[in-house]
Amino acid sequence: MTALLEVEDLRLTYPGRGFRRRSAEILKGISLSISPGETLGLVGESGSGKTTLGRAVLGLAAPTGGAIRFEGRDITHASPRDRRALARDIQVVFQDPYTSLNPALQIADILAEPLIAQGTNPIEARRTALTLLDRVGMPSNSAERYPREFSGGQRQRVAIARALALRPKLIVCDEPVSALDLTTQARVMDLFIELQRETGVAYLFITHDLSVVRHISHRVAVMYRGELVETGDTAVVTSTPSHSYTRDLLLAAPTPDPDRQRERREARRELRAAQAARTAP
Amino acid sequence: MTVYDPSDSVVTATLDEQPATRRAGAFRRLLRTPLGLASLVALAVVVLLGLLEPILSTHDPLFASLEHINAPVGTPGWPLGGDQYGRDIWARVLTSINVSLVSALIGAGVGISVGTVFGLIAGYVGKRTDAVASWVFNLLMTFPALVLVMVLYPVVGSAYQGMMLIFGVFLAPGIFRLVRNLVEGVRNELYVDAAKVSGLSNLRILSRHVFYVVRGPVIISAAFLSSAAIGVQAGLAFLGFGSTQTPSFGSMTSDAFQSIYTQPVQLVWPALFLAVLNGGLILLGNAYRDVLAGPQSTRTKKRSLHEATVVGSATPRTAPSRSAGGLLSVRNLRVQYPAPEGGMKTVVDGLSLDVQPGEIVGLVGESGSGKTQTAFSVLGLLPKEAHITADVMTLAGDSLLGKKPAALRALRGGTISYVPQEPMANLDPSFTIGSQLMEGLVKGMSRKEAKEAILALLDRVGIPDPERTFRSYPHQISGGMAQRVLIAGAVVSRPKLLIADEPTTALDVTVQAEILDLLRELQRELGMGVLLVTHNFGVVADLCDRVVVMKQGELVEEGSVRDIFHRPSRPYTRELVGAILDEQTVRSDRPADNASRKDDLR
Repeated sequence: MTALLEVEDLRLTYPGRGFRRRSAEILKGISLSISPGETLGLVGESGSGKTTLGRAVLGLAAPTGGAIRFEGRDITHASPRDRRALARDIQVVFQDPYTSLNPALQIADILAEPLIAQGTNPIEARRTALTLLDRVGMPSNSAERYPREFSGGQRQRVAIARALALRPKLIVCDEPVSALDLTTQARVMDLFIELQRETGVAYLFITHDLSVVRHISHRVAVMYRGELVETGDTAVVTSTPSHSYTRDLLLAAPTPDPDRQRERREARRELRAAQAARTAP
Repeated sequence: MTVYDPSDSVVTATLDEQPATRRAGAFRRLLRTPLGLASLVALAVVVLLGLLEPILSTHDPLFASLEHINAPVGTPGWPLGGDQYGRDIWARVLTSINVSLVSALIGAGVGISVGTVFGLIAGYVGKRTDAVASWVFNLLMTFPALVLVMVLYPVVGSAYQGMMLIFGVFLAPGIFRLVRNLVEGVRNELYVDAAKVSGLSNLRILSRHVFYVVRGPVIISAAFLSSAAIGVQAGLAFLGFGSTQTPSFGSMTSDAFQSIYTQPVQLVWPALFLAVLNGGLILLGNAYRDVLAGPQSTRTKKRSLHEATVVGSATPRTAPSRSAGGLLSVRNLRVQYPAPEGGMKTVVDGLSLDVQPGEIVGLVGESGSGKTQTAFSVLGLLPKEAHITADVMTLAGDSLLGKKPAALRALRGGTISYVPQEPMANLDPSFTIGSQLMEGLVKGMSRKEAKEAILALLDRVGIPDPERTFRSYPHQISGGMAQRVLIAGAVVSRPKLLIADEPTTALDVTVQAEILDLLRELQRELGMGVLLVTHNFGVVADLCDRVVVMKQGELVEEGSVRDIFHRPSRPYTRELVGAILDEQTVRSDRPADNASRKDDLR
């Protein structure tokens, strides 16, 4: 199967601020690929560069090296015009549903906007917006309401509907369920999977939560300080990780069972002790 | 929720229950305020008088009649009398209104359009464009506008319109700076990013997503700038700049000045209308600002310094004597807030809770369940709008009911202490870690002793280089280190009860594991009781002995940690535990299956 998205040796450096400040290298040569209809889970802690990678794919951050290819086309430095055309193929769902929807616009306008920008006529776009709302499980009377009238989970559904509006081939999901309550989180994740089965969209699913990744990803890529330390099938990476950082990450995630958590805690302590012994002179 | 805001949960809850309500337009709300309505009416009257000038006046404002020199008020055909040249004051006033209005339109119009356009561009594009534009406008700002307008008088000629045009350019920097700063604030909002990804052109993003943020403040400034332009035009005319053929409030005042001892009433008319125009504009601007800020200003955003005290219930459900020993004992706790539409909104309803010495109790629930409100009412940290009642609230045998804020303050940091969710937000960025920790130490200790105690403590909570951290400012340490510092601060007084509100939610999972280890160790060492507020069941499983499950302010279930996980008795608890993502199930379907299915969405 040919890859939908290919990222090859991607580098991104932020120039230092001020006189003679060191610049910060956020991405240190990342390579990965996503097939059509696939979910690639991108795991890492804060500062690992996972969000920056997502933004580079979306064209919101400019890479300083390497290449991003979409369906074989190089989009690393796509022109603004090409980017606008790419909107039909690559979409986004952000983490914070409170700031990702313009508070001054009605839900229907938020959903119609990408369609109108791509040339759909406003009446048609509004009709599609209603279908989309229904599709993501929002009540039909929500079209004329404002984002602040909805809970976090509902807003995230609206954000998903907006991402789906142009029927993209890839959606970059940047921690889309991290800000949600547990029960809401489970429902929103089921929605993601269901929509993928129906539309064949691929996800680059960025998260720090291993249990979320396990649930939603076909494959997992683990990032650590700007580098990709491990990639592989979800089942393999989340049960028998090869890199010590991934092992660390797995054992650190608390499991919701008091007895198994105790075992995990002991295992983590042993790993830590072993690491300390190795680094000690 | 990242930062604690007591009103947040309340407001979201009420909004969800409301039917869809369309926000009344700002203009309609403006009409509902007395100040807005009054200033609008006054301005409308003056503007109308100016517009109807051809109908209302019988003479040309420049027509001089020798018979009507200094004619008294009420002379037929000369309602406000004549001036020293025998010109109709009424006609001159009406014409002056028009001159003022045109001045306002030109001055404010030029200032606003130049400032807004460049402000939007500089703020949105940023980088070099911003640097150049800011430099030019800052330079413009340093010029004394009024003096320059006078100097340029010979160049632009005597028409007041030209002078206002130049003055307008000098009004632009203020607007530029305002707009630029506002735009810079929204430029990085996620919805602007989302609009970019949606394929919107920059022009569309600016007009749809960015301009609306700028709109309100610009309208307010427009009122003030108009008033400034009118004032400057009148001032220049008073000094004699401008054509004598153009009547204006300035030239009228100047003329009236010459006969101030004989005909003082002539000064009243230009002054009156000028005052109504300028005052009306400024008050209108103020009223509009109040309207825009409306809902926020009635609601206290920040936690007030005066804490609410817990009052005993009027009709206790449980007899006070029944309060069991225990470290913390709460019976029938109720927390209410005044709702915006009147009445009270209950956020904690009849909650009872016990923490035994040396026990870790998890207080679990989703957002809006009232778990944080419960913890804060025990700490005595809820805002003063909160109405808190309880039948019993005892800490180590000591009743907290009706305790004065000062007495509660003494308890906090002594018997009871607190670890917050956002470590960084709870450290003052302008003081070193050391000085902030020293502050909490018991008095009667020398500085040297206190410092040594703190260093030992920092070492105890696992900070690698205590001496350096002691001297560091909060921004120089990581979030995990900051949380260790706060934990050190919380246990420095060897508290009996530690209340931790989502202590690891803001941290990375590997750091979280270490912080949980630290909390467990310290709890064992000091034999503290811990009330742990969290939504994370992994954290509960790791740390807690007992669990209290809350939903919408009420207690759902209480039990040992094993019972809650393995044998939940209530449906809600089962739903919560069921929503925990299973560790065994891994997604098993293949991507190819999805890719082949390309159903149309619609």
